[in-house]
Amino acid sequence: MRVVVDFDLCESNALCMKAAPEVFEVRDDDFLYVLQENPPEELRPKVEEAVRRCPKQAITLED
Amino acid sequence: MIGDEPHLPYDRPPLSKQVLAGAWEPERIALTPVGRAIDDLALDWRLGVAARSLDLGARKLELSDGSTAGFDGLVIATGARARTLPRQPDLEGIHVLRTLDDCLALRRAFDATPSRVVVVGAGFIGAEVAATARERGFDVTLLEALAVPLQRVLGDTVGALCADIHRDHGVDVRLSTGVSGFVDDGRGQVAGVVLSDGATLPADVVVVGVGVVPNVEWLAGSGLTVDNGVVCDETCLAAPGVVAAGDVACWYNPRLGEAMRVEHWENAQDQGAHAARRLLDARDPYAPVPWFWSDQYDRKIQLAGRSGPGDEVAIVDGSLADRRFVALYGRAGKLVGVLGMNRPRPVMQYRALIANGASWAEALAFAG
Repeated sequence: MRVVVDFDLCESNALCMKAAPEVFEVRDDDFLYVLQENPPEELRPKVEEAVRRCPKQAITLED
Repeated sequence: MIGDEPHLPYDRPPLSKQVLAGAWEPERIALTPVGRAIDDLALDWRLGVAARSLDLGARKLELSDGSTAGFDGLVIATGARARTLPRQPDLEGIHVLRTLDDCLALRRAFDATPSRVVVVGAGFIGAEVAATARERGFDVTLLEALAVPLQRVLGDTVGALCADIHRDHGVDVRLSTGVSGFVDDGRGQVAGVVLSDGATLPADVVVVGVGVVPNVEWLAGSGLTVDNGVVCDETCLAAPGVVAAGDVACWYNPRLGEAMRVEHWENAQDQGAHAARRLLDARDPYAPVPWFWSDQYDRKIQLAGRSGPGDEVAIVDGSLADRRFVALYGRAGKLVGVLGMNRPRPVMQYRALIANGASWAEALAFAG
């Protein structure tokens, strides 16, 4: 799967980081960094949770 | 799926921001499940229909269109409605903001270029409406009955700062000021508000943002316990086969050791899912650290935990002057809350500390 973040929508609420810290990190500069754009399949449930939790619906998953 | 609004489910936070500002149209806020179309859920939708009563014994609901709906599992998620002021008159130009229809009516009022917008209540909805109105270039007055906005939740220092941020942007903020009446222009349109200090403020748009009331009246006589919402146990169960979730649910949160009703977006989402799993017999408790956010101008306020009056407050990161900081809230030797203004990363970190039961000393040590 491929993780795509719309950075025009992202406002660094950091809920994605809470749901899938292996994939999403909001750093001290307040910006979101996608640590793995193509995370392994076993992370799918966490990544889908991050997609659901984003208050701005800024994350999409492409297969 | 029974809903009193005529719309399919939609996201409420943009109603005080992007949709009200005119940046987004309603289609943009439709809620869809992740990776599927909403039609894939094959739901029987009863929209624009309210539940009127519940017969627990017969496992049946009576609806406002005269029909009934039988069930073996019931999720009560009837939410809350906007509170109005005592003796609030039915005048054109006085608005509340809870639903999409409220938002579009207010947006139409904004599109008519009001000469002054008065927002009553500097809670998060009132504050966001004031910010959106100000960013559209209107003269805005923000009234708050308390000495400090959200005093019980933010404390005096952070609360006062929130008022100052509105002043930074040219909003006329009046603290310790309530509304004692409205001025009618004689043709059913609001012309002003009468303040508690006796002054009259001309206004052609008034937005009343003084909180919400849980929609529980329909449950009178049902046998369910109603006390600040539908009372549930720690798994969100209100009665056999009946769960509640979201703004209407008052459940026992074992992580915080108290019964609570939470009006936050994230809770509606998480508790809804948890309640559904409870109906499917999952027995784990619902024990979140509540979290929410508010966007006002270019400031993002995030609050996690459960702060209250009398909590110790420590500014541990950044500064109030920079409008970028982290404030910690402590009670009885424990970290109970964290507020961040444009500091998302530490808020998530302190949220985890709260979840793990960190002491006040541990929290301050983490702050370094």
